[in-house]
Amino acid sequence: MREFFRQARYVVAENPVTGVAFALFLVFVVVALFGPALAPHSPLASNTAEALHPPDAQHWFGTDQLGRDVFSRIVVATRLDLGIAAGAVALAFVFGTGMGLAAGFFGGWADRIIGRLTDTIMAFPLFVLAMGIVAAMGNTVTNIIYATAIINLPLYARLARAEANIRRDAGYVEAARLAGNSEIRIVVAHILPNIMPLMVVQASLTLGYAILNAAGLSFIGLGVRPPTAEWGIMVAEGASSIVSGEWWEALFPGLALMLAVFCFNLLGDGLRDVIDPRNRT
Amino acid sequence: MWRVLIGRLSTAIPSIAGVIVVTFVLTRALPGDPAVYFAGPTATPQSVEEIRHQLGLDRRWPVQFAYYLDDLAHGDLGNSLSTGQPVLTEILTRLPASAELTLAGLLIAVLIAVPLGVLAAVRPGSWIDHVCRVVSTAGVSLPTFFTGLLLVYVFYFLLGWSPAPLGRLDIFYSAPPMHTGFYLIDSLIAGDLETFRATLSQLILPAFTLGIFALAPLARVTRAAMLAALGSEFVRTARASGLSRWRIVAVYAFRNAILPVVTTLGMVFSYLLGGNILVEKVFAWPGIGSYAIDALIASDYAPVQGFVLAMAALYVTLNLLIDMLYGVLDPRVGISA
Repeated sequence: MREFFRQARYVVAENPVTGVAFALFLVFVVVALFGPALAPHSPLASNTAEALHPPDAQHWFGTDQLGRDVFSRIVVATRLDLGIAAGAVALAFVFGTGMGLAAGFFGGWADRIIGRLTDTIMAFPLFVLAMGIVAAMGNTVTNIIYATAIINLPLYARLARAEANIRRDAGYVEAARLAGNSEIRIVVAHILPNIMPLMVVQASLTLGYAILNAAGLSFIGLGVRPPTAEWGIMVAEGASSIVSGEWWEALFPGLALMLAVFCFNLLGDGLRDVIDPRNRT
Repeated sequence: MWRVLIGRLSTAIPSIAGVIVVTFVLTRALPGDPAVYFAGPTATPQSVEEIRHQLGLDRRWPVQFAYYLDDLAHGDLGNSLSTGQPVLTEILTRLPASAELTLAGLLIAVLIAVPLGVLAAVRPGSWIDHVCRVVSTAGVSLPTFFTGLLLVYVFYFLLGWSPAPLGRLDIFYSAPPMHTGFYLIDSLIAGDLETFRATLSQLILPAFTLGIFALAPLARVTRAAMLAALGSEFVRTARASGLSRWRIVAVYAFRNAILPVVTTLGMVFSYLLGGNILVEKVFAWPGIGSYAIDALIASDYAPVQGFVLAMAALYVTLNLLIDMLYGVLDPRVGISA
């Protein structure tokens, strides 16, 4: 553990951007947790008399077509956007790692079936598949999470499979087997902890992609529905105003989206430098 | 060569089979009853039942699947319920618009990303390396639909350089006579430079939007692959032999670095096919992406199915082509196949 912190300190000192990304990450977490309490206005209260006002002291990021405060809506939406991404990544992480371990450690039929499944998912352009899944299962937030999890599944399954496979006959696994451990116990207690760091890096790297994917789905009208505040929908609602010059309605939610994804990508790179120094870029 | 080709083709068969099963399951699970939609608002339960029978929706799933396979074998993707047109013809008429946009985006991405990555690797730590790093991190963080809107705001509203983001061609122009379906090429064939210019000015913003998105992974991989190649022993030998710097970079290192770049091109294409849908919506582009969005909203399953199938088929084919390109680019790959 102390080794880990020393390495982490070295990485942050070497590349201060990672430190900035981590600070930004904390800000996002605080806003996600306390969003509704932090927002100065109600995210849903419309006031047509103040529709499409440019940013001023009262409304920092201006107001949208219905006169709702853009700043408050962005703040409140943080929880939903990050929640969807975190939920999807968590699901993909758990099931993908489990499937990959089974395929890589036991091989045989498990490997063949899981390999086919991941190949089939990867045969689709991923956003198109997510779109099809959400459309088929119904237009709800839960289904966006499932769809995003499914398209991320192969990444985890393949990584876990490869890593479990090379450790299948490692010395410590043989030792555990001789000591009378069951195969299941070997996977859970010996292989899993060893591949965990790599899986965590993978998770932090895919979080940004999950946010983009979910926002893209709601941008085309799938998933989250108005009047719910969500970054993708807000950009979609602002799309018609930006053509006629009212830039603030789409710009600020788009920037929030960009900043969140940027932050997670940098954080993922930084985390990889800490955990897996060989792959430094 | 033929044996390699057939071997490659056979690896694509399970993927295609999987794709067909998945699209069937997905579209039969779509919410909304097509029979009710088709029968219209004044339908009686009886007429809905009749239409359901006509559409074959009252049969059991395995039977429906058999009919579906039969239709596919005949190239029949069914009819769109909302427009009444065969899905296949609609997709085929709209495909060139999407293809032109996607290929233009890919071309822009490659033309910028590859030189950028190479230069960054040749001078690591220089300003161009930093530009490469910023571009490759920022590029993947930008939501495509947002980049598109920003470009529209700057180049249409603020500067007035580009036309309104409404489709492939301004309404004052008529489409060039159809040869390839690509307006850029067709207008050149017709010798109509005015239309060519108008097409280009409509195309440039959406193509750049896609290009910016695709640029990042390409630049990153080019840089990494070039760094590895430049650090290798054969480059050291070439340097020691007194070959010119340009020759070492362009011939020795780049030739060896190109394989991972081509692999990434396949992955980038998957992004582009997805990003296409978003960009087509922003720019009101009459391609298959906007067709699919309209169908999704109307819960019209035949076009959605056709769209997902067409995209997946396109993607599988492209990966196959890339696989074969490996053999051309690097003869060592062909031997192990």
